[in-house]
Amino acid sequence: MNNHIEKRIELKAPVSRVWRALTDYREFGEWFRVKLNGPFVPGQVSRGQVTYPGYEHVEWEAVVQKMEPERLFSFTWHPYSVDPKIDYSKETPTLVEFRLEKTSRGTLSAHRVRLRQGPQRPPPRSIPHE
Amino acid sequence: MSRQRGSSRPVKWRARAHVLAALGDETRLSLVAKLCGRQPYSISQLTQGSKLTRQAITKHLRVLESAGIVHSVRTGRESLFEFDPQPIEGIKQYLDFVSEQWDQALSRLKSFVED
Repeated sequence: MNNHIEKRIELKAPVSRVWRALTDYREFGEWFRVKLNGPFVPGQVSRGQVTYPGYEHVEWEAVVQKMEPERLFSFTWHPYSVDPKIDYSKETPTLVEFRLEKTSRGTLSAHRVRLRQGPQRPPPRSIPHE
Repeated sequence: MSRQRGSSRPVKWRARAHVLAALGDETRLSLVAKLCGRQPYSISQLTQGSKLTRQAITKHLRVLESAGIVHSVRTGRESLFEFDPQPIEGIKQYLDFVSEQWDQALSRLKSFVED
């Protein structure tokens, strides 16, 4: 069984537009359906409240991993951590990556969700390189 | 303080985590591959051709059993182990659900940047 889900989507918009939609916390919140408390900063925890209908009681918490302008945005989180009795911070988080690439028609976003893999703790504050 | 206020289905999530953890081992995956042909095997049969001892194989089978992936049935003096597809089917459904959620999110991203 694969431990990741990968999706590719072509967006008819310039890379800079897609990058803003991904990394501006207000714009991200609009389409992802979460009301975030503040901007994304690599190595820091991002918190907010889910606005997806039926899941408004769920708090969002993720750790921003990489922000390489107009190229790569990634974070780790515990999706569907819906049980208040379980301390999800002890479990391996899911790594979510968005990789952007310019195409003739716009932007190609390769999006990968890696299940049960990724650093347990926030990385150092500098932007890590691969 | 509790992080959430809504209702939950803890048993289901814990069971899924249990199944994934049970599958996260080479020996156990190879045992599952052998057993998923639906034919029950004895511990001796499963130990044959393996570098591991009978005790080690038994220990791995117990882990799979505790996650519901295999069941043991006693026949005479021997325990036979048989595969139960249901827990892995549950994981497959979970991954399909995750995949579907992302499809929806990405289609919202598409409308968001293209409008």
